[in-house]
Amino acid sequence: MRGTAPVLEVVDLVKHFGPVRAVDGVNLTVAPGEVVGLVGESGSGKSTLGRCVTRLEKVTSGEVRVNGQDIAHLPRRQLRPLRRAFNIVFQDPSSSLNPRMTVADIVSEPLRLHRIGTPASRRERVTELLDQVGLRAEVVRRYPHELSGGQRQRVSLARALSAGPSLLVADEPTSALDVSVQASVLNLIGRLQADLGFACLFITHDLASVEFLAQRVAVMYLGLLVEVADRAELFARPRHPYTQALLSAAPIPDPATQRSRQRIVLTGDMPSPVDPPPGCRFHTRCPVAVAQCSTVVPPLRPVGPSGALVACHLVHDDGTGPVLAHGVAVRS
Amino acid sequence: MTQLLTVRELTVRFRTEDGPVFAVDAASFDVGHREVLAIVGESGCGKSVTAMALTGLLPANATITGSVTFDDVSLLGLGESSLRDVRGRDIAYVFQEPMTSLNPVLTVGRQIGEVLRRHQQMRGAAARRRAVELLELVGIPLPARRIGEYPHQLSGGMRQRVMIAMAVACRPRLLVADEPTTALDVTIQAGILDVLRNLRTEIGMAVLLITHDLGVVADIADRVVVMYAGRTIEEARADALFASPSHPYTRGLLDAVPNPARHAEGGLREIPGRVPILASSPDACTFVDRCAYGDDLCRSSRPTLAPGPAGHPVRCWHPLPVPAPAPAGERV
Repeated sequence: MRGTAPVLEVVDLVKHFGPVRAVDGVNLTVAPGEVVGLVGESGSGKSTLGRCVTRLEKVTSGEVRVNGQDIAHLPRRQLRPLRRAFNIVFQDPSSSLNPRMTVADIVSEPLRLHRIGTPASRRERVTELLDQVGLRAEVVRRYPHELSGGQRQRVSLARALSAGPSLLVADEPTSALDVSVQASVLNLIGRLQADLGFACLFITHDLASVEFLAQRVAVMYLGLLVEVADRAELFARPRHPYTQALLSAAPIPDPATQRSRQRIVLTGDMPSPVDPPPGCRFHTRCPVAVAQCSTVVPPLRPVGPSGALVACHLVHDDGTGPVLAHGVAVRS
Repeated sequence: MTQLLTVRELTVRFRTEDGPVFAVDAASFDVGHREVLAIVGESGCGKSVTAMALTGLLPANATITGSVTFDDVSLLGLGESSLRDVRGRDIAYVFQEPMTSLNPVLTVGRQIGEVLRRHQQMRGAAARRRAVELLELVGIPLPARRIGEYPHQLSGGMRQRVMIAMAVACRPRLLVADEPTTALDVTIQAGILDVLRNLRTEIGMAVLLITHDLGVVADIADRVVVMYAGRTIEEARADALFASPSHPYTRGLLDAVPNPARHAEGGLREIPGRVPILASSPDACTFVDRCAYGDDLCRSSRPTLAPGPAGHPVRCWHPLPVPAPAPAGERV
């Protein structure tokens, strides 16, 4: 039965930085081998969530279960051996790779820290990993500054995967890269995930790459999840007004499609996470909000036949609800 | 009808410590009155340098040749003081990062007032009134209050609107917008693109849009110039470029973007290699080393920009044929 138990279970996760309520009660699971896209705009708390999951941040309250064990409040010493099971890749590979270490040292570091193998077997493993991420064996002696942005991100991936984690958190791994390089890194993550079978929490603001890579998508707004659904369903039938607005705002690279879409332009900016609006946090920008939205917090609840999760008062239990504009869905 | 801006054989070379860099190689294009022309390409293709060269914004180690004609006036021959009159009054700029383009210690009203004083000799209450009008024009709520605020009090989207308000203060005929939405979230980006669209109608200006984002191009551009390694390699109306890209690089860019509307089977197309940094202008195609169709002709002879199979100009010895139209009903 181990195959069906989730790799990651986030329960009521809260992370406050002083008065800033970055993550304010999130529940999310990731199944073995599943890619879950976590999308949201700057300030939504998505990166903080990723950093809490990998325990790069202390968690204020709640649970982070990795392979069944809650790591949210474990002391460092007890946490360290468990770190083999998960790892993270960051947005900017030039600032997340040590400039004074060679590629070989960078990629083998997790193996050394977890005392996996012998020096010889680790060297072998590095060669194998570099091959898996599409880098030639010669790069082992190079330093990060000698590599291109795309190559550096491949090194980051090799490092993150070297100890064979069951969960990879990828935080905007392609956002700092050029379009053509982005494509190769997205392809690579997809291929590695299929070959090695790790589960992945893929954090991004780019809906198109989520559509390409994820099986399930969670949408975050101001510290809370507002919608969680299967990829195809979310893109075909976005239910939460914020999800609809987000989908309609992302331009589709095709003039005929793009110019015939009706768009929802949100007014105002995301409110401050120091003092989030009462009720539904999106109500200040929501074009269809009613009185109830400004007072009662909508729970994230299953709706419709597929059991997609939506936190909106206006979405009915059968999954029907407000449609803000037509042509928002990018797939029918 | 004559063109608003005519650029012919614009060439920019930089002297650097690592030797000469050939940044722009004989670029020629026009911008019509009220037209939105997008220049697209990846980092290092020369698109920003082209934009800066138009009004002499490049550092002293740049050598510029060719001709730039704006409204029948040759700009490359003008002295610095005449160029200063042109900048802001006739041709205005908006850059990617509004926080570094705005002065952090001056209020928004003061910074807009500076433009009005410099070019229109407007002062005091009149300048203040005009500043409020301008903020209103770019969709900033409560403009009378906002003009007393400092840049750090504004969100990224609001700052970019302030930058646009400053740029259009003198009703320029041409707005050069260099990656104006790249640092912004998609819901904010949608608002900024709407502002640009409205301004074009309201004050009748043309826009030269520098971007790497094909979604933005699909949204707003009338015509597109694709640049690669300093050369313009394809030029077409936006719909024609997306429907029948003739240059393999253009095609590669389009296929590299995850696009839900034309979902690629079996992964995204990758373009191997990277944009070369050239010390001189080779008598060859600069894309040949990354191109699937490259042959001896491409290596030994510089392609000219000539009408291709789809009717629009392309710089390629082996331009791609016009794709067969998709059977009806197959498009999503």
